[in-house]
Amino acid sequence: MERKIRVLVAKPGLDGHDRGAKVVARALRDAGMEVIYTGLHQTPEMIVETAVQEDVDVIGLSLLSGAHLTLFRDVVTLLKKRGMDDVLVVGGGVIPEEDASKLKKMGVAEVFGPGTTTDEIIEFIRKNVKK
Amino acid sequence: MRELASKVLKGDTRSVARLITLVENNSRNAANAMKIIHKHTGNAHVVGVTGVMGSGKSTLIYELARGYRKQGKTVGIVGIDPTSPFTGGALLGDRIRMQELACDSGVFIRSMGTRGALGGLTGAIFDVIEILDASGKDVVLVETVGVGQGEVDVVKMADTTLVVLVPGLGDSIQAIKAGIMEIADVFVVNKADRPGVDRAVAELESMLDLKHVEGERRTPVVKTVARKGEGVSELIQKIDNHMNYLKEQNLLELRRRKRYEAELVEIIRRELMSYIFDEKRLKGKIDDLVDRISMKKMDPYTGAEEVLERMLR
Repeated sequence: MERKIRVLVAKPGLDGHDRGAKVVARALRDAGMEVIYTGLHQTPEMIVETAVQEDVDVIGLSLLSGAHLTLFRDVVTLLKKRGMDDVLVVGGGVIPEEDASKLKKMGVAEVFGPGTTTDEIIEFIRKNVKK
Repeated sequence: MRELASKVLKGDTRSVARLITLVENNSRNAANAMKIIHKHTGNAHVVGVTGVMGSGKSTLIYELARGYRKQGKTVGIVGIDPTSPFTGGALLGDRIRMQELACDSGVFIRSMGTRGALGGLTGAIFDVIEILDASGKDVVLVETVGVGQGEVDVVKMADTTLVVLVPGLGDSIQAIKAGIMEIADVFVVNKADRPGVDRAVAELESMLDLKHVEGERRTPVVKTVARKGEGVSELIQKIDNHMNYLKEQNLLELRRRKRYEAELVEIIRRELMSYIFDEKRLKGKIDDLVDRISMKKMDPYTGAEEVLERMLR
């Protein structure tokens, strides 16, 4: 059985900067993954419902508004509620280091700050995706 | 698998999504679930939406889904985007235009890559339609990849095929030569607030005049501005009319038979391919043959015969 990694790239919250999300989406596609991009201004509910319907292995959250603690937590909590614990959640954007460690405690597997190469993200996903 | 199938029949979102993944990955387990659900299918109206890139198919599907929801009908949506033949990856972006439907429990949206299939669809499309149908969706909307002139496989799976055009695509010669024009059950001229819409409609109508036979159904042409929701309720009416026509003329069964035939052939083809190209069985045979063909010690036809004779003996 051939398994293809499916990734949801989502932008929760109100910031309108999706350049980074699009760059990552393209890089993951070029690495042979199926990438679902949903556009801007997603609520945690929309993101989780989309993850369920699309049956993704990975959710990549991109956020530059500063609301990462609240919004990432909501996504992780809702995922657990829907029984989607096996989904790998990663985040990116301008996120202070002390917040990154808080996010990891919540269940975000990794936080990729500015300067991360797309290769690092691809490698992390390949290594950590649960199959 | 019995449990997964029964959850799908109850319309459980998570199970529907999981089974779709299994059929996409061509899993053995999927076949067992598919065997169970088949007899629970046939209730959904399957509508294929095809048309050139940028004609507004996703937005139109979003508006159609909203229209059906207002009528109290449940909707399944499949959006297909191309898989890169080089990397195997795909960027699936049809949901961008459908955000408002994300949290409606009466709507299930799935994005799929073509994964090597030609013709604007994906190999698993028949299975996915059966799954959404069996899960209780009243209408299943399938969006093909943006097509040019040859991608007409959508007729093999749809009860009703919409061909979406936009004003200013080309002259009437273009309209006649393109194979895609012959598959429409309903023509949609979208972005009808743009200049040239009357000419586009007139050209379509004159093309339809040429092939129209007195007393037979004439393919309707509907103008829409999907972005504003204009013309969508009329379009839904035309889609319903087409289904009534199929039923009245006893054509629905014929269409479904064609779908099942295409599905059967697709499964046989898939199984045969995976049998022939089974790594364990071939054991480097292909590499070996390619070596000999490159060195002109063998020709490709003899090589193919050798493989097939060995496998199918």
